Amino acid sequence: MNAKGKIYRISGPVVIISGLNTRMYDVVKVGNEGLMGEVIGIEGDKSTVQVYEETSGVRPGEPAENTGMPLSVELGPGLLESIYDGIQRPLPVLKSTMGDFIKRGVFANGLSREKEWDFVPVVKKGDKVSGGSIIGTVRETQNIEHRILAPPNVSGTVEEIKKGKFKVDEVICTLSGGKNLMMMQKWPVRKPRPVGKKLMPKTPLITGQRILDGLFPVAKGGTAAIPGPFGSGKTVTQQQLAKWSDTEIVVYIGCGERGNEMADVLNEFPELEDPKTGRPLMERTVLIANTSNMPVAAREASVYTGITIAEYYRDMGYDVSLMADSTSRWAEAMREISSRLEEMPGEEGYPAYLAARLSEFYERAGKASTLCGREGSITVIGAVSPPGGDFSEPVTQNTLRIVKVFWALDAKLAQRRHFPAINWLNSYSLYSKALGDWYNENVSPEWIKLRNDAMELLQKEAELQEIVQLVGSDALPEDQQLTLEIARMVREYFLQQNAYHEVDTFCPMDKQYRLLKAITVWGNKAHSALESGSPIEEILKSKSKDDLAKVKFEKDFEGAISAISKSMDEEFRKLGGR
Amino acid sequence: MIKEYKTIREIAGPLVFVEKTEPVGYNELVQITLPDGTTKRGQVLDTSEDVVVVQIFEGSGGLNREASVRFTGETIKLPVSIDLLGRILSGSGEPLDGGPRIVPEERLEITGAAINPYARLPPKEFIQTGISTIDGMNTLVRGQKLPIFSGSGLPHNEIALQIARQAKVRGSQEQFAVVFAAMGITNEEAQYFMSDFERTGALERAVVFLNLADDPAVERLITPRLALTAAEYLAYKHDMHVLVILTDITNYCEALRQMGAAREEVPGRRGYPGYMYTDLASLYERAGVVKGRKGSVTQFSILSMPGDDITHPIPDLSGYITEGQIVISRELHRKGIYPPVNVLPSLSRLMNSGIGASRTREDHKPVSDQLYAAYAEGKDLRGLVAIVGKDALSDRDKKFLEFADMFEDRFVRQGMDENRDIETTLELGWDLLSALPEAQLTRIDDKYIQKYHPAHKGKEKKE
Ligand SMILES: Nc1ncnc2c1ncn2[C@@H]1O[C@H](COP(=O)(O)OP(=O)(O)O)[C@@H](O)[C@H]1O
Ligand SMILES: [Mg+2]
Repeated sequence: MNAKGKIYRISGPVVIISGLNTRMYDVVKVGNEGLMGEVIGIEGDKSTVQVYEETSGVRPGEPAENTGMPLSVELGPGLLESIYDGIQRPLPVLKSTMGDFIKRGVFANGLSREKEWDFVPVVKKGDKVSGGSIIGTVRETQNIEHRILAPPNVSGTVEEIKKGKFKVDEVICTLSGGKNLMMMQKWPVRKPRPVGKKLMPKTPLITGQRILDGLFPVAKGGTAAIPGPFGSGKTVTQQQLAKWSDTEIVVYIGCGERGNEMADVLNEFPELEDPKTGRPLMERTVLIANTSNMPVAAREASVYTGITIAEYYRDMGYDVSLMADSTSRWAEAMREISSRLEEMPGEEGYPAYLAARLSEFYERAGKASTLCGREGSITVIGAVSPPGGDFSEPVTQNTLRIVKVFWALDAKLAQRRHFPAINWLNSYSLYSKALGDWYNENVSPEWIKLRNDAMELLQKEAELQEIVQLVGSDALPEDQQLTLEIARMVREYFLQQNAYHEVDTFCPMDKQYRLLKAITVWGNKAHSALESGSPIEEILKSKSKDDLAKVKFEKDFEGAISAISKSMDEEFRKLGGR
Repeated sequence: MIKEYKTIREIAGPLVFVEKTEPVGYNELVQITLPDGTTKRGQVLDTSEDVVVVQIFEGSGGLNREASVRFTGETIKLPVSIDLLGRILSGSGEPLDGGPRIVPEERLEITGAAINPYARLPPKEFIQTGISTIDGMNTLVRGQKLPIFSGSGLPHNEIALQIARQAKVRGSQEQFAVVFAAMGITNEEAQYFMSDFERTGALERAVVFLNLADDPAVERLITPRLALTAAEYLAYKHDMHVLVILTDITNYCEALRQMGAAREEVPGRRGYPGYMYTDLASLYERAGVVKGRKGSVTQFSILSMPGDDITHPIPDLSGYITEGQIVISRELHRKGIYPPVNVLPSLSRLMNSGIGASRTREDHKPVSDQLYAAYAEGKDLRGLVAIVGKDALSDRDKKFLEFADMFEDRFVRQGMDENRDIETTLELGWDLLSALPEAQLTRIDDKYIQKYHPAHKGKEKKE
């Protein structure tokens, strides 16, 4: 066996090569056009390769060559603001070499070899460098300092270090023993990058989405899943998170979804401002777009490409969040390839290793102290697209066994245009407790109680609704009618949030707190008024109640809320006075 | 160079296994000649040094091991020229109208390469269909893929035709070219479409591909690809705005399932192949607008939901790919309402970019949201009334109950030739909403209530 073999069989993206010496996950160039593929099985002298490009017209007998390298990404300055396909080919480069439609057989580097970056060293001659330590910095975008790291498996004493403008593949540092370092390093996508020590997450990812921050928060370094049938809001929620989360770097993976959605992100993100820095959102974002009609093997690879890039920024000490829309399409790509391999199918035709792959992926999330001694985190949020919206299917179930936050989308809510259509009774966050201290210190010591009361109220509403279904609402005692009304206020004034409203799209934590508090105060006052004999009809006519509905649309929420509080006091004083 | 083989080893359903060939390319087009001289066409599904698997489009009826097999060395292509317009072709692209063969200006691969997402322009040109439930609440835009989810015996054909007749981009005189592909529908249904195209003169700007119920099922796998190739050609080479109507997607999926079974693949949900999502995406994703090109491809396909079940794999996987869906309701149809669109499960994902101040009207989105919320609430109350009676409802609830009835009767219902412009649709919406207490209109900003609500409208001017 040798470095060259030939094609024995082709069936869609799966190609079998004979006479080629390979290892698992080696990258192989297949056929006359040298299509890129990866070894996923070896039997006798035959290697099974999943090919990342369309294979029409490829014939048995054509040559195949082993590159001897596992599937890797290029890491270095220039990742931000990029849009890649599933195997890190920049889509703008593909467009300029092959036009508006994706053809095949084009190789493109993940990082530009032309662009020069201003490298500022932080180590000097004689310093000791170990794997993961920072040797210098580059201003990648206006607000992001790209820290150039020694690759994890490298160490030594600095013999020479440069300063000035360099391309990513030029030597900037030489270590004892003659080891040369460049700004770019490569890393195999299927292998997690090492960290110093994993830490417990204890800070929430503030998303500006009331139902998420308020009721079901995810921690920085945590994992969340957002399953739901089509049209329930997975993509809009993921995009909202990508836009408004208080994270430093965003990796957004469009995995087997719509082309227009990616075009939308590309259009919008350069225009939108990061609420923290005021800079265009695109400057903190890396996009990976392997849409539903692009090759499925590259779709399978796309989540690994994305998480490896996320790890690289975490290693610099950044808080990174990664959105994968949708992990179900990734699982389906695995299933498609597995069935071409005629592997023994597990549940619903998915390969038996589905659960293992999912947990390996989510395991790459987390908060860590990195090899360079800083703290960094990766928050992973995976959309799940269960067939028929049925959460009992394998991808949803296996995901829920791993992740700590579950945002359950609900078709019924979406149909009545209650957005985000996240069901407040079924969803949960296992971080609520761990994040308690943070809220006490940074929002208000009252916050946890307000939130718990709101949850309890919604629970109560669900119980009362069951009775209403049998007897009608007029048959309920008045205090329960009032409870229903307050629950409605929480749902409509607080939980409902319009992603397309220029103000409401992002709700700062302070506004969330003030709004929930104002609703709660109204509720308490209303209950006492009822107890002291005011008729419910009069209470429900309250104008301040109607005014609370509009607070979320106000930029100057403080002004609005204090005005409402005043008129609320006035109203209830009058009521009480009767 | 092209060799003929008489080495068929096995025939299984629509599949033929051929041995001892020279190297044959994956997806290559195959021609098979029967001993009596008839020919069939097929495509390579699996190729190796030992055996080549071919799927036969016209079905394997009449085929035996004597047949000779010719591998053409190229993948399937559609000959295209501007003369495609006005033509009626078979489901595999042969003329059916007695006209001449198309003299090709080009021969295009029918699988069609994926549009680079970076080259896409997000669709945002509002298409006015003249149907209130669509324009007002599930707006269609140029370059969108928005199928009709229907059921057997429901008037989806009428709706599709009404849209094909009325669809226009406001402020532009340009008419859509129509590419119509029938997949497994009855001759009668096909005739219904054809006579409407003829009556309205649409045929001149149309290309028709017909694979009817009695045509081979396997052919259905290429019919939509031919149609989309023709559409892309007209859109991207001739700057036309093309409306593609594929009907019925369900028949296409059945053919896909049949092929999967013939290949003895491990089936996915309910027997449909595990790759059906990817396969359907390779059709639906061929809609869009490309930066720097004038034309566009809009898809308005018809899909009948088996057993009216929206969770069935065919509508389910489609809904995961398309940019929304228009759902036809049997209940509304039974009530005699045309077009029986159930707005609640319907959705246009691109609506937000196609509407608003500069495109339709500033109040469009809030009015639509309010109509949704109010109708959903009214419909829920119907369920409650059935149990507790109308008298147990509060006055507020009674208003919502009445709203739901009025909404169906006046907003949803319209004539088959009634072409409502967007202003008419929105006015109608306001008119219905004004029957609700104003404080209940929580989805609408005060400034729009002041400006458009019938109770306030025009008041400022008078003062
Ligand atoms: N937070 C939100 N605010 C307003 N509209 C929303 C919101 N979330 C979802 N939607 C509406 O629902 C539609 C479907 O949402 P999407 O995220 O695309 O669903 P999915 O990805 O689950 O199929 C969107 O096009 C939008 O109209
Ligand atoms: Mg989505």
